[in-house]
Amino acid sequence: MPRSFTPKVVTANALLEGDVVYLTEDDRWTRDLNEAELLTDEAVAEVRLLDASRRQSEIVGAYLADMAPGDAGPQPTHFREDFRRTGPSNYRHGKQAEGPSRS
Amino acid sequence: MYRYNDFDQAFLDERNAQFRAQVARRIDGSLTEDEFRPLRLMNGLYLQLHAYMLRVAIPYGTLRSDQMRQLAMIADRWDKGYGHFTTRQNIQYNWPKLPDVPDILDALGEVQLHAIQTSGNTIRNVTADHFAGAAADEIADPRPVAELIRQWSTDHPEFQFLPRKFKFAVTGSPNDRAVVKAHDIGIRMVRNDRGEPGYEVLVGGGLGRTPMIGKVIRDFLPPADLLPYLEAIVSVYNTLGRRDNKYKARIKITVHENGIDTIREKVETRFAELKPLFSGVDQEMLARIEEHFAPPAFRNAPVEAYETARDRDPVFRAWADTNLAEHKSEGYAIVTVSLKKHGATPGDATSDQMRALAELAQRYGHDELRISHEQNVIFPHVHKSDLPALHEALRAADLATANVGLISDIIACPGMDYCALATARSIPVAQEIAERFDQLKLEHDVGPLKLKISGCINACGHHHVGHIGILGLDRAGVENYQITLGGDGTETAEIGSRTGPGFAYDEITDAIERIVRAYLDLREGPGETFLMAYRRLGADPFKAALYEDEKAKTHAA
Repeated sequence: MPRSFTPKVVTANALLEGDVVYLTEDDRWTRDLNEAELLTDEAVAEVRLLDASRRQSEIVGAYLADMAPGDAGPQPTHFREDFRRTGPSNYRHGKQAEGPSRS
Repeated sequence: MYRYNDFDQAFLDERNAQFRAQVARRIDGSLTEDEFRPLRLMNGLYLQLHAYMLRVAIPYGTLRSDQMRQLAMIADRWDKGYGHFTTRQNIQYNWPKLPDVPDILDALGEVQLHAIQTSGNTIRNVTADHFAGAAADEIADPRPVAELIRQWSTDHPEFQFLPRKFKFAVTGSPNDRAVVKAHDIGIRMVRNDRGEPGYEVLVGGGLGRTPMIGKVIRDFLPPADLLPYLEAIVSVYNTLGRRDNKYKARIKITVHENGIDTIREKVETRFAELKPLFSGVDQEMLARIEEHFAPPAFRNAPVEAYETARDRDPVFRAWADTNLAEHKSEGYAIVTVSLKKHGATPGDATSDQMRALAELAQRYGHDELRISHEQNVIFPHVHKSDLPALHEALRAADLATANVGLISDIIACPGMDYCALATARSIPVAQEIAERFDQLKLEHDVGPLKLKISGCINACGHHHVGHIGILGLDRAGVENYQITLGGDGTETAEIGSRTGPGFAYDEITDAIERIVRAYLDLREGPGETFLMAYRRLGADPFKAALYEDEKAKTHAA
């Protein structure tokens, strides 16, 4: 039986700022995980990643991150992605300070 | 302290101009990330979890006040108003933006600082005893040798693509404060039976995935042979070191797999080839470098003010008891400024604090500052009569925490709060443990205890050589913390032993408290430190205390 596919988002770091970005359905890079496109089909996910990785002048290090569907949008299934969408825990810096709406 | 000559400055300016052009080409799309990555790493620029990170070398941990002020300026202008001092005597900026980095590097160049070879498979920042030139137990100041190695290794054409990164540490004291036995090459300045100065050279030490204590490759190297011998070691490693497996590429594995005797033989053969090629210019350069490190003009003055303050002010006395070390010059002290205020991030200093430290170094410290691998700042030369005023000024800058060498003086790597490699957080664990022992008012009672935390197997937090070490791991998607006991980073270096199963994020502070309470119960008296007690008793009684709850649960079930 084939292994079930965990939904994913395409994520990377912005080239200039270095902060975390996610790919939206309409091919924008957003700072807000809620706006990210949740990919539920493995083949589609691979193609989305392939296309996103070619956008070298915008981002660095694109990869597929595991997510679960949520009411507001994709939700991290691993604490690393939870930190990436929030910022460090010792200072209120990063996304938690800047607000995710900036995109 | 070493000041750049025209050659040094021209080299650095040229290198910064090159990197500026490389950044521009990356931004305009003519370089891909794969092409740019090795270039940015050679210049200390990482991409971390939330942002870029710039790692700036503080060679052998030595800074002047103008350099510290510039570090503060950079923090304010291009970062978020603080910097993070690391276990390799570097400072890291956690939030630079790519287009700003060339300007930051130029600003560093203005004060003779750089980020060259703070990453990549090159010879990294050369570290040294942070008490160099000041310690009472010192045989010789290790910094001229460290500076010579810095100059030799910077942009060394043969060593820009080593199998893996390569770290040097140098100490001039028998009491090792530079963890030389956990470096790829450790150098100890020694004297032979005839009283002649020379070097004991260790090779193949390192922490990380496969921790190893360095082995002596030469017990006495005459001074003139130093550079050709070091070049021989790195050269042998460059050809023999494994490039097929990143985890087996460090020289500690090369030494382990080939044996120290084989390595020594190959190094001696290579040394015989290299030695004649060194015309002696290296020794002339060393002699010139040594002139830069002439001791300051120490003054001879009464120390009553210090004695009086000790008697009158218990807060000053507590600070003096923990944060001062013995200076070689009478009437002087070495002051360690703790960057480990309880609940704060270990190793972080705000730009205001950096400026205060610069100001105080000028006023009371012969314009010298040091950064220790233990993530603290040192004034190496303070006359004792100035200590009460210095302490008062440090209090005003929120820098007078009296905990150096105690359990809350924790080394912690940035962990998953910043680092892309981390498997768990370190900083909040350090914060909680420090706050716990502060609340318990126990740490002065507990006495000397080195607690070190790493957020992944790479061991930047030196957990293997902590008396108590904590390693944060990802166990099935949950942060889990393993404990090691009995590690030692000094001349009696030892790798700590794992106690057993790890602890959850919300259990680790309690676990550490159980170990410390067990020590207090077991010790023969306050004179027996944690490490001494551990060595006398072994791990068992500590493990029993650590896992007592587990056993209770098992019995109940």
